[in-house]
Amino acid sequence: MPSDDYKQYVAMDRLPSIWCPGCGNGVALKALALAFAELEMPPDKTLLANGIGCSGRVGDYVRCHRFHGTHGRTLAFVTGIKLVRPEIKAVCLLGDGDCSAIGMSHFVHSARRNVDIVTIVINNYNYGMTGGQFSPLSPYNVITSTSRSGKAEPDIDICKLADLAGANYVFRTTIYHVVEMKNYIKEALGKKGFSLVEIVSPCPTYYARYNKIGNIIKQLEWLKDKFIPIEEYNQMKDAEKENFFWRGRLTNRDLPDLYQHTRRSRG
Amino acid sequence: MKKANVAINKDLCKKCAICVHFCPKEVFTIDQDGYPLISRLDKCTGCRLCFLRCPDFALEVETELDD
Amino acid sequence: MTIKKLLTGNDACTYAAINAGARFFAGYPITPATEIVELCSELMPVYNGNFIQMEDEIASIAAVIGASLGGAKAFTATSGPGLALMSENIGFAAMAEVPCVIINVQRYGPSTGIATKFSQSDVMAVRWGSPGDHSLIVLAPSSVQDSYDLTVEAFNLSERFRTPVILLSDAALAHVREKVEIREPGELNLYQREKPSGPVNGYLPYGTLHNNVPVMSNFGDEHILRVTGLVHQESGYSSDNSQIAEELVQRLARKIDNYQEELPAPFFYGRQAADLIVVSFGISARASLEAVNTVNSEGFKAGMLELRTIWPFPRKKVKELCSGAKKILVVEANHGQVREQLISCGFPPEKLRGVNKQNAEVITPSEVLLALKEENS
Repeated sequence: MPSDDYKQYVAMDRLPSIWCPGCGNGVALKALALAFAELEMPPDKTLLANGIGCSGRVGDYVRCHRFHGTHGRTLAFVTGIKLVRPEIKAVCLLGDGDCSAIGMSHFVHSARRNVDIVTIVINNYNYGMTGGQFSPLSPYNVITSTSRSGKAEPDIDICKLADLAGANYVFRTTIYHVVEMKNYIKEALGKKGFSLVEIVSPCPTYYARYNKIGNIIKQLEWLKDKFIPIEEYNQMKDAEKENFFWRGRLTNRDLPDLYQHTRRSRG
Repeated sequence: MKKANVAINKDLCKKCAICVHFCPKEVFTIDQDGYPLISRLDKCTGCRLCFLRCPDFALEVETELDD
Repeated sequence: MTIKKLLTGNDACTYAAINAGARFFAGYPITPATEIVELCSELMPVYNGNFIQMEDEIASIAAVIGASLGGAKAFTATSGPGLALMSENIGFAAMAEVPCVIINVQRYGPSTGIATKFSQSDVMAVRWGSPGDHSLIVLAPSSVQDSYDLTVEAFNLSERFRTPVILLSDAALAHVREKVEIREPGELNLYQREKPSGPVNGYLPYGTLHNNVPVMSNFGDEHILRVTGLVHQESGYSSDNSQIAEELVQRLARKIDNYQEELPAPFFYGRQAADLIVVSFGISARASLEAVNTVNSEGFKAGMLELRTIWPFPRKKVKELCSGAKKILVVEANHGQVREQLISCGFPPEKLRGVNKQNAEVITPSEVLLALKEENS
């Protein structure tokens, strides 16, 4: 593959991006563009849809079809697109707040319907665009601008949730694990039905600063050390598990997608 | 053995230094303005991790097979 | 061919949508609009279209907008509480210029109100439910036949203007059963949305304007489409430039407000240049017309204006037809939402008499008659 192929999916002339130095959004965008290039996806049959927030601006730097809707509703919009244009490969790239707070209902129902969408959730544990408030995915007790003495609420594992709801493919990785990230985005793009790729990402400006994780380098090292392969994680004793998070493939199956379900009875 | 060439676009670089710190072969140092400086290109194996991790499309790695 | 059928207002809207070419429906059950959702679940697969029951009204209108951006004529149906939820994405459709039709079957409000009972109190909610300056089109049918005809028109206008169009039905009209002449697709003038024909490279989704309306491609077509609810440039990429913002928002209003002659004009009944004029819309216009006909047969000189396009409010026509009247009666089953529009047209409040009802019952001809007689004495 010529190394520049990914650039046909990126609006290079619109760079530099609006994101802070070290932000994971650009890394995920590049991994996505590389996956598109390796699969030789035609830009006119490829749709990138975004939520609202920092990661919502990813679509401002792509050259394929682009949709940017209202906060949390992206998956509902794309459900409509996919029913009338099933030939489009749709990627919904959402932030943790967009997906798990305001958009939680659409997320669960899209997974339940098994809509043929690759959903990439860039989880930086907070609302970056509005100044670093906690999201449902921020871990328990972390400091954010709306939890100055520690987040009082428990978090939720959206990977397990998507698996339970009926998604065909679920994978979690981090911005540090770039090769794995690109490869599994590519694998998800090859699947039918609902795929979730959760990418835990640094927010050097707010989350890392509030929680005294240090600079972007320290934050990436934290991701490298804390996120261990799911097989290793499952072998751990419960007390040990508390200090780590798992990454890897949770779900990989081939249940019929929404389009197949709706066409089943038509003969 | 692969030969590689690394190019940095200062118009796009935001000086996050991810490339500098995570290069397995310590190819980069930081220049006086805070930009990455390619100091030991001979050590580069062309693994492209710096390219993959650069959030700002500011870094390209070209590799070619050495005859 | 034209077929005669006995239909409810809700059924008429549904058949009209299908015959206008709608092939996508997403909705959520809500009284008194549910029959549209049910009938679509049966008809859409028959016509090789799509029906989907979403998790709420926010998702319903979102799926409709998505389907429309994929190239389908798409619609949904709801009532007050659902309209409230849809408002977010109706604003999105106005901003991103996505054709779609919303059938709002008004029920008694505010809030959950009385689910099964009638009112006409969503006049302002359909116009200003969504924040920000924008224009959209709202049509109000007064009979089952009108429900059919104006639903077809709603699709044509939404495609022509690339805007959400709301059909303002109500709980009474939705369930009353009347004879309807159904003109089938071959006899209907159907507007097909304009598609880009120029070179694919360098195509700007919001760059080519025809009558102030952008010529946009669909998702999946070879001309790459970029759509956002943010202020955007001609390319469809976002912008926070103040000049771009002003031009965009002013064009969104201009593209509809400057072409009002293309929208369904008010009907005028009774005596021209009458001293007494009744202004009404929807099912209340039926009672009003009966009252006007009765008083005119008794020697009165009364006229009657039935608004069919509610938004943009047909100010010019209303001023033209009502300017000579000594008294204007505004008949509506709400506290006076249309009456307020007449005040903003410049009619002095003392010239306007509201005939209003807020008890969840329809306005009767005798109630209008009484008001007319009081004004004439």
